[in-house]
Amino acid sequence: MSAILPPSERLWWKTPIAGQEWAWIGIAFVWAMIMFVMMIYWHINGKQNLSNEVYKTTTEMFTAKTEAFVKENTIRTETDQQIPVAKPNAKGEAFLLARLWSWYPILELEAGKTYKIHLSAVDYNHGFSLQPTNINIQVVPGYEHVVKMTPTKAGTYAIVCNEYCGIGHHTMLGRIYVK
Amino acid sequence: MATTYRTCPRTGLQFDLDADKLMRWNAVAGVLWLLVGGITALLVILTRWPAIKLLPADQFYLILTAHGIDMLILWIIFFEMAVLYFASSTLLRCRLATPKLAWTQFWLMVVGGIMTNVAIFQGESSVMFTSYVPMQAAPHFYLGIILFAVGALIGCGVFFGTLVVAKREKTYTGSIPLVTFGAMTAAIIAVFTIASGAAILIPTFLWSVGLIKEIDAQLYRMVWWALGHSSQQINVSAHVAIWYLIAAVAFGAKPLSEKVSRFAFLLYILFLQLASAHHLLSDPGMSAEWKVLNTSYFMYFAVLASMIHGFTVPGAIEAAQRKKGLTNGLFEWLRKAPWGNPVFSGMFISLVGFGFIGGISGVVLGTEQINMLMHNTFYVPGHFHATVVVGTTLAFMSITYLLVPTLFRREMLFPKLCQIQPYLYGLSMIVLSLVMMGAGTLGVSRRHWDMAFSGAPFQYEWPGSAYLMMGLTGIFGVLAVIGGGLWIGLVVLSLLFGKKLDGGATSDKPTPIPDQSAAAHASGTGSHEHVAVPGTVVLAITLLTCFVLYYFVNWKYLSEVWGLS
Repeated sequence: MSAILPPSERLWWKTPIAGQEWAWIGIAFVWAMIMFVMMIYWHINGKQNLSNEVYKTTTEMFTAKTEAFVKENTIRTETDQQIPVAKPNAKGEAFLLARLWSWYPILELEAGKTYKIHLSAVDYNHGFSLQPTNINIQVVPGYEHVVKMTPTKAGTYAIVCNEYCGIGHHTMLGRIYVK
Repeated sequence: MATTYRTCPRTGLQFDLDADKLMRWNAVAGVLWLLVGGITALLVILTRWPAIKLLPADQFYLILTAHGIDMLILWIIFFEMAVLYFASSTLLRCRLATPKLAWTQFWLMVVGGIMTNVAIFQGESSVMFTSYVPMQAAPHFYLGIILFAVGALIGCGVFFGTLVVAKREKTYTGSIPLVTFGAMTAAIIAVFTIASGAAILIPTFLWSVGLIKEIDAQLYRMVWWALGHSSQQINVSAHVAIWYLIAAVAFGAKPLSEKVSRFAFLLYILFLQLASAHHLLSDPGMSAEWKVLNTSYFMYFAVLASMIHGFTVPGAIEAAQRKKGLTNGLFEWLRKAPWGNPVFSGMFISLVGFGFIGGISGVVLGTEQINMLMHNTFYVPGHFHATVVVGTTLAFMSITYLLVPTLFRREMLFPKLCQIQPYLYGLSMIVLSLVMMGAGTLGVSRRHWDMAFSGAPFQYEWPGSAYLMMGLTGIFGVLAVIGGGLWIGLVVLSLLFGKKLDGGATSDKPTPIPDQSAAAHASGTGSHEHVAVPGTVVLAITLLTCFVLYYFVNWKYLSEVWGLS
C-alpha cells in the first residue's frame, strides 16, 4: 500500500511505468548526456582547461629549480622582505613555489602571452587562488604541475592560499603583475 | 530468541524492544553531538563574520575541525544507525539480529567520537575534517575515527543480519518496503565508504605513531575522499528514504512506481561512490579523462537517479492527495498539504532545498572545468550546507517529530514552536547556503581566518560585495543556529518532561505484516491505475530550467577568466 510496506503488487517489476515518468526520465537522461558531452566539448573548443602535465618531485628538487629560475630572471625586489620579482624569459617558463606561508617569487607577466607555470608545494597542501580573476588550483607537495596560463588583462593580481595550511594560512598572499 | 514486541497504538508500528532501546540511545547520542556541533557552528560563524571576528586564529581552526567532525560524522552517523534499525527491525516487524553486537556498535562509536574530540580540543589536531597529509594530527585523532567507523560497520552488519532474519522468519511476504530498500542502499554505500576509510586512516594512524615513513599527499586525497564524499552519499540515500517514509506516513502516499524508485536507488549503489573525484578536479595527480568520467558518476547516472527521486517523491504525495479529492488546478494538493505539521513542512523544505540549491550547485561545482572557479572557495561549504544540512539534517529533524511520540512515547511540548522550527531552520539555512555560494563566486576562501589578510606582505582587498555576503552569512548563520538550537531544546525538553504516552500492547511474538498482495487483489480491479501528477511535472520542469540556466551561466563565467591549457 505504501512505501513503508512491501509492494502491494507482488510482481512489482512487471507493472508498467506511466508516461509522465518515462517522459521525465527521458528528459533527465538527455540533460545528463548534454552535461557529460559539455566537459568533453570544452576540452576540444574551450580555452580554460587544467593541464595534465605533471611530474613527481621532491622538496629539494623543486626548491633548487625555483632558486635557479629566480636567480636567472629577477628584475627587482619588493617589500621589506626583499621578495624577488621574476620576469620569465622569452620561453615563458616560470616557477611558483608554495610554502609556509608564502608564494615564492613574485611573477611579472605580459597580457596575451602564454606561460608555462610550474606549481608545487614543499611542505603541506596549498591552494593557488588567483584573485580577482578567480582561478583555483590545488597545489600538492611532491607533484610538479605545469599549468599553461595566458593572462588576459593588465593589473596586479593576488594569489590567495585557499587550502588550510596552519596558523599563518591567512598571511599567505602572493602576487602576480600583468603588464 | 527472547525478546518482546510492542505495537504503537498511534501508528501501528511494531517495535522489538531491543531495537527500540538501541534506536533511542543512538538518536540521543546523535542529538548530543549535534549540540556540540551547533555550539561550534556558532563560534565559526561569529569568527567568519568580518564585523565580529570572535576567535583568534588557532582557536578558530580548532573549532572548525570539531564542527566538521561532530556534524558530518558523529551527529549524522549516530542518527543513521537509528534509521537503519528502524528500517529493518521496525518496518519488517522482526527481531533485531544480534542486539549484543549492536550495543558494541553503539559503544565503539561513543568511545571513538569522544577520543577524536579529546584529540581536537587538546589542540594538537587542528587538521580540519579532511586531515590532509603531511599535516599531522595526534594519533588518537585518527584512532577515534577508526573505532567509530568499525562501530558503524558493525551497525551495517546488524542491519543486513536483520534483513536475513526477517526473510527467514517470514515476517513479511514479497519484497522489502521501498524505505527499507533505500536504507539498504545507504548501508551498502556505507560499507564501501568505511572500507575506503580504513584503507587510508589505518596507514595514516601508523604514520602518526611513526611506523610508516611517508604517505603520498595525492594518494591520500584520492582515497580519503572515497570516505569523505561517499559518506555524504550514505546521507543522500538515507534522507531520500526518509522522504518516502514521511510521504507514506503523512499522506499514505504510495510510490508512483516501485520499479522506477528502486531502480533510482540501484543507480546510487552503482555510481555514487565515484564522487571522490569531485574533490580532485583541480588537483595535479589525475588525468582529465579520469576526472570527467568519475566526476560525472559515469555519465551523470547518479544525478539522473536524484532527478528521478525529485520527481517521484512529490509525485507520490500529489497522487495521494488527488485520490483524496484535492484535484483543483495544478497545486491544490500542495496548498492544502499539512503545512502546520513539522513532519511534513520540514520534509518538504528539505526536498526543495536539496534539489534546487544543493543539487544544482553540486553538479555545477562538480563539472571538471567549472570547478576551477570554485575549488576551495566558500562556495563549497555553501553547497554542502544545502545538501547535508537542508537535505539530511532537516529530514532527520522532521522524522524526529514523528519518532518522539512513537519511539520515545512522549508528546512533543510547545506544539506552536514545533510548527515554526522547520521554517526558521530550513529557510535560514537555505539563505545561508546561497550567500555562502555568493561569497565563493566572488572568490572568498573557505577555512580562512581573516579575509583582510592581516600580517601578509601585500594587501588584497576583496570587493565590497564579498564583505556584504560574509555579513549576511553571519546573520543567517546565527538564525540557523537559533533554529537548530530550538529543535534540540524542543526535543530534549519533550524527552524529559513531555507527557508520557501509552507504549501499546506487548507480546512475545511478532505479528507479521499481512500479505499486501492478497489485500490488493481483493480490493483492486487488477488494473494498474496511474494518477496524473501535473503539479509535480511543473515543479520538475521549473527545477530543470533553473538547472540549465545556472549551468550555462557558469560556463560563461569560466570563458572570461585567463586562458588555461
